[in-house]
Amino acid sequence: MRVTLKRVHKSFQQKGQRVQALRDINFSIEEGEFICVIGPSGCGKSSLISLIAGLEFPDSGEVYVDSKIVDGPSKDRLVVFQEAALFPWLTVQENVEFGLKLQKVSLAERNQRAFEALKMVHLTRFLNAYPHELSGGMRQRAAIARALVMDPKILLMDEPFAALDAQTRQLLQEELQTIWQKTKKTIFFVTHNVREATFLSDRVFEISARPGTIKKEYPVRIPRPRVEQDPQLLMLQTKIMGSLKDEIDKVAKEQLDLDYGLDKNIDQVPAERNLGSNI
Amino acid sequence: MIRNFFYHDSMLLKIIRQVIFYSLLYFLWLFLFNLKLWPSYLFPSPAQVGETFISIYKDKTLFSAIFVTMKRLLLGYGISVVIGVAIGLVIGKIRVLDETLGGFFVGIQTLPSICWLPLAILWFGLSEAAIIFVVIMGSLLSVTIATDSGVKNIQPMYLRAGRNMGARGIDMFLYVIFPAALPSIVGGLKQGWSFAWRALMGAEIVFATLGLGHLLNVGRELNDMSQVMAVMIVIIVIGIVMDMLVFGSLERKFRKLWGLEKS
Ligand SMILES: Nc1ncnc2c1ncn2[C@@H]1O[C@H](COP(=O)(O)OP(=O)(O)OP(=O)(O)O)[C@@H](O)[C@H]1O
Ligand SMILES: [Mg+2]
Repeated sequence: MRVTLKRVHKSFQQKGQRVQALRDINFSIEEGEFICVIGPSGCGKSSLISLIAGLEFPDSGEVYVDSKIVDGPSKDRLVVFQEAALFPWLTVQENVEFGLKLQKVSLAERNQRAFEALKMVHLTRFLNAYPHELSGGMRQRAAIARALVMDPKILLMDEPFAALDAQTRQLLQEELQTIWQKTKKTIFFVTHNVREATFLSDRVFEISARPGTIKKEYPVRIPRPRVEQDPQLLMLQTKIMGSLKDEIDKVAKEQLDLDYGLDKNIDQVPAERNLGSNI
Repeated sequence: MIRNFFYHDSMLLKIIRQVIFYSLLYFLWLFLFNLKLWPSYLFPSPAQVGETFISIYKDKTLFSAIFVTMKRLLLGYGISVVIGVAIGLVIGKIRVLDETLGGFFVGIQTLPSICWLPLAILWFGLSEAAIIFVVIMGSLLSVTIATDSGVKNIQPMYLRAGRNMGARGIDMFLYVIFPAALPSIVGGLKQGWSFAWRALMGAEIVFATLGLGHLLNVGRELNDMSQVMAVMIVIIVIGIVMDMLVFGSLERKFRKLWGLEKS
């Protein structure tokens, strides 16, 4: 299954104003690829996920899956949301079985498939727990299982590990990589984290600040399994971070007070040395 | 030690404090009675009220009054819950209905529910139907409004997650919107219950036959203050039991499940 975006524009109505979130997005993802998308906050990464998922539609341009235009959600394209978004009124198992139940899959098959999906994320001991009883990491595991159980062709992951501590995050990154290698799914993974992006993906898309456009694309030609300290990886990270920094500064200037840039300069001059210098 | 008694937070101490409070209340009542400020037919002793209680308990009038009252309440309340939740779910999702009907309901809700009684009597005559109508109107709007606001305040991510996994139409209402709005709905159920209870007591005092409100009124007609007080106590106890045990524990359960409260 191949995903193609052609001249996609997307804007939102916000307090009566039109905010352009994405401008002229063009790319193609091959089957089985691991793509990471990186960019400053508010640049339209989540919107990109919604467009591919069929939860939102472009103002103009087309989103294709194979040669078909996306006209709504499908169990082939499942999202793991930024905040896990597990249903608090259902147990872990019921959450994972939710999509299957809607498809009227039989109880026995449901149980079995849910168990297998939860096994993949090592959460079978918490079948009967409610989301509020789980740690952040376990919630993300459950959310991943909830998507995997439907056996989608494409997994759309929206900063799934952003709220986790560093150790849990790394553990889950490694496990996700294993799952990806085992299941050969296409993964479209949004993140803020340059290390995460380079560690996981085949290609990194860098999105510029609002309106979001694809500023650059970085192929990651480093064989797997990768190690965190791989010098090639570190070099690539430095390169991406440099480019990203410009974008982040742009966002900061736009969103924070107008004197944001000035403040930084003033801070560099210690107050006591400033005393009387203007007299 | 003494400080501990007033401030320390344990279940046992809490119960002990309450027992002491109610014993004091009892002795205050007894003390006032013994002062003989008022004649005993206006201000009976705890023992007199107790005796009346036992006698209406023994001759089954209490039991049958409670039975009739509860039947009316459950019937009226049950109908209002079903209709209220259904209307609330629909207007919560449909903008036009919310702006029109929603506002209209909020307006009508300011009407004390006993005010529906004259209309009900004209429509239904002096019948069970009239009483049940008043009970329904008592709680219907609370349930509707709470459901409506529960639906509007659902976090969008739950709706997106539901759609993402293939929920549409009626499935969306049953498996996502309704459960996601439940904590707010339970709040409305509780408020609706207490409005229904008040409406019913009002209606029963004004015209009903049988029922607790009627029993209360009979006490007045017979100048039997101890019956009035005994029935009032029964009404209070039923109110407390429903409010705290049923709705209180329901609310706690939901708050916990939604992760709003530590277990
Ligand atoms: N449903 C919506 N209604 C109105 N505006 C929206 C909506 N969704 C997104 N936007 C706006 O579109 C822009 C892009 O939002 P989006 O959530 O896609 O960014 P993001 O890159 O995912 O940000 P973050 O890194 O903070 O998650 C933002 O300015 C946001 O305010
Ligand atoms: Mg986002």
